[in-house]
Amino acid sequence: MSQEVFLLPDVGEGLVEAEIVTWKVEVGDVVTLNQPLVDIETAKATVELPSPYAGVVAKLHGNVGDVMHVHEPLITFEVANGADGVSLAVTSDNSPEASRSEAPAGEGREAVLVGYGVANEDGLVTRTHRRRGAPSPVLTATSAVGAPVETSTMPPTPRSTPPVRLYAKQHGVNLETLSGSGRDGLITRGDVERALHDAAVPDTLRTISEVPNGPAGTSRFVGREIESWSNGPSVERIPVKGVLRSMSEAMVQSAFSAPHAVVWVRVDASATMELVAGLKKHPNMEGMRLSPLVIVALALCDAARNFPGINSSFDATAGEVIVRRSVNLGIAADTPRGLIVPNIKNADTLNVIDMAKALNVLVEKARQGTTTPNEMIGTTLTITNVGPFGVDAAMPILPPGTGAILAVGKVAKAPWVIDDQIVVRHVVELALAFDHRQIDGALASRVLAHVGNFLNNPAVALLAG
Amino acid sequence: MIDEELVQLLTPEGLRVGHPEYASSLDGEEIFSLYRDMVIVRRLCNESTSLQRQGQLALWAPIQGQEAAQIGAGRALQPMDFTFPTYREHGIAWCRGVPPEDVLRMFRAVSNGGWNPQHFRHSVPTVVLGNQALHAVGYAMGVQRDGAEEAVMTFFGDGASSQGDTLESFVWAASFNAPVVFFCQNNQWGISTPSSLQSKVPLYRRAEGFGFPGVRVDGNDVLAVYEVTKKALDNARVGGGPTMIEAYTYRMGAHTTSDDPTRYRIDAEVEVWKHRDPLERVKALLVREYQIKGAAFDQVNHEAEAMALKLRDDVLAMGRPDPITMFDHAYASEHALIEEGRREMLELGISGGAH
Repeated sequence: MSQEVFLLPDVGEGLVEAEIVTWKVEVGDVVTLNQPLVDIETAKATVELPSPYAGVVAKLHGNVGDVMHVHEPLITFEVANGADGVSLAVTSDNSPEASRSEAPAGEGREAVLVGYGVANEDGLVTRTHRRRGAPSPVLTATSAVGAPVETSTMPPTPRSTPPVRLYAKQHGVNLETLSGSGRDGLITRGDVERALHDAAVPDTLRTISEVPNGPAGTSRFVGREIESWSNGPSVERIPVKGVLRSMSEAMVQSAFSAPHAVVWVRVDASATMELVAGLKKHPNMEGMRLSPLVIVALALCDAARNFPGINSSFDATAGEVIVRRSVNLGIAADTPRGLIVPNIKNADTLNVIDMAKALNVLVEKARQGTTTPNEMIGTTLTITNVGPFGVDAAMPILPPGTGAILAVGKVAKAPWVIDDQIVVRHVVELALAFDHRQIDGALASRVLAHVGNFLNNPAVALLAG
Repeated sequence: MIDEELVQLLTPEGLRVGHPEYASSLDGEEIFSLYRDMVIVRRLCNESTSLQRQGQLALWAPIQGQEAAQIGAGRALQPMDFTFPTYREHGIAWCRGVPPEDVLRMFRAVSNGGWNPQHFRHSVPTVVLGNQALHAVGYAMGVQRDGAEEAVMTFFGDGASSQGDTLESFVWAASFNAPVVFFCQNNQWGISTPSSLQSKVPLYRRAEGFGFPGVRVDGNDVLAVYEVTKKALDNARVGGGPTMIEAYTYRMGAHTTSDDPTRYRIDAEVEVWKHRDPLERVKALLVREYQIKGAAFDQVNHEAEAMALKLRDDVLAMGRPDPITMFDHAYASEHALIEEGRREMLELGISGGAH
């Protein structure tokens, strides 16, 4: 048996780092050549790395969420008879090609496997230690798994990382009782979890220690999974990139250049709800999700046709207000990657069926993460539907370069006065935020009233439109 | 059938269908050997992808899904025909007899080329999009002037069909009635751009506008690709001029290993094309019509597996040549710019690889 180190490869032409997304193997697992080991996420793609060796996983050099540098160790394997044993093990047939593969590859191959594109492996190990701020114990090449040979520079307390220390403390695990499986004996979260599992802590005990801190598991924030209140570190820093960066930049740009003002109204949307219920039975609507949002979208487009000024943007550089006579209707979408605002091009030309279809496509693509950049540019008006989250209203911020955004609250039964009688109706609250540089309160109010009237009596509005 | 203009001889279910202009001329043995080629190139391609993910190749452009288009076209060639590939023609290279490890040299970045084009009658891959179409037409015009009975075939994708080089080569080929076949693998995606966005008419219909015939063939039907290509090559050899073939196919994997297709296309689309797999339909035909047994298929898989392992060993044994050697074969004779590059590199001290 000998050890082979798999260095994190550059999987995308010039990348310098990658984040570990999922480990598919654990220390001690027997793996075959090309067996999936790990999913990593680079700046370009999330990809699966297949095993370059057949052997036993001796060490994982990072935890999920760690950002690893290209050409630094990712996994150490125990392999039989060095690297050349690998293909022998799976090439036990007698074909000429197979026997050719048994020819000893020799030093050339040895060097390539651990050193391709890397000038000095020893140097790299040292650099890794420095980067992580850990001491630099001397690790000999022949050290056995789980019992690294280390010098007296080893600190007296067990080596671990702050989140793992916290995790251990919260779960009552004494780190001094553990031997670490990580690099140079580093105690990992996995070690603590194994200890917990092995100790078979009674459920009642564990529940007591967890309840005051909050639920376990993970939750979504800024397009990623973050650890729960109980399990996560006390302070977490998340790099601003991807969808988060887009959102933050757009919101700052808009909030500090366009003076926002808001008008709002409560509307009896009962007729809209009846219309939607009826539409669901229409043969063209089979298999489609249908919500009042379709009617709201039609209403806002109709309002733009009647009041073109609302479909405008303020170009401070050119000293012009741009009025557009076609609506690219943005829909704020809560996706696994975060908030994105794809739009429906020329939404003002769509009838009720086509609008429903377009919304379905938009939502499906946003959910699957296949929304293209082209579908996110050129928005002129936006709808943000906060109703499904169970809230009544919102004061939204305009996407940059647009004149108005409509927030739609939840549709719920509420007391309503008709002919001096209190009756139960489906009521919804609408709020329209607008850029007060070019749109005044009078125009915004007329537009919102128009949308409200449309929802109040959609059949008449649709026939008239 | 995807559309009525598509030449298809074998359905995705492996059933033969008739066509007024084309009929399959191959016997069971020949069909089995086409199947074997497709299995092998798919397996070698998968191994290459793994090698890239393991840091042994700088890049890889997978062909999964396009095996029938490449094997059908490659096997229709005569030995003296000449081919000009792009960077995804691993199946064509296989048919031309280029050793698989030579194909990988460029992807490992240890060679500027990898083989002698004249030896295999197969040019080294052109990475500049569409550029090889001009090389092919120029070569074909040379064949014409030599009075040789040879055909030239060049390969490109739906993305490269939008390139000026490709369209200019169409003009020249038509003007000179050059003996060239333009083989376009429409795999539906030019990296992230859908084919439908790049061409408002089916790609094969572009040929008509330039003055030569265009044919759309089911690129996942190896029997149809073989017959359509053979006819176009035969026609070119006897002075019939150029043909454009649009092999309507699908790139099942990423554009290259640097690409993540899940960012721009939906799973449902991939699922649809899984049912049009180029290998499965031939296997179904072989089982039903020629009573080929499981053992024969096992043997092919076994053979492919052994070749994949040999390819791995060959790649790992390539080592790391001194980077300075990249200048050695850029030109046959000394070249001022190349010399300047070499000198700068030596001055910077980048030279000196492991041996």
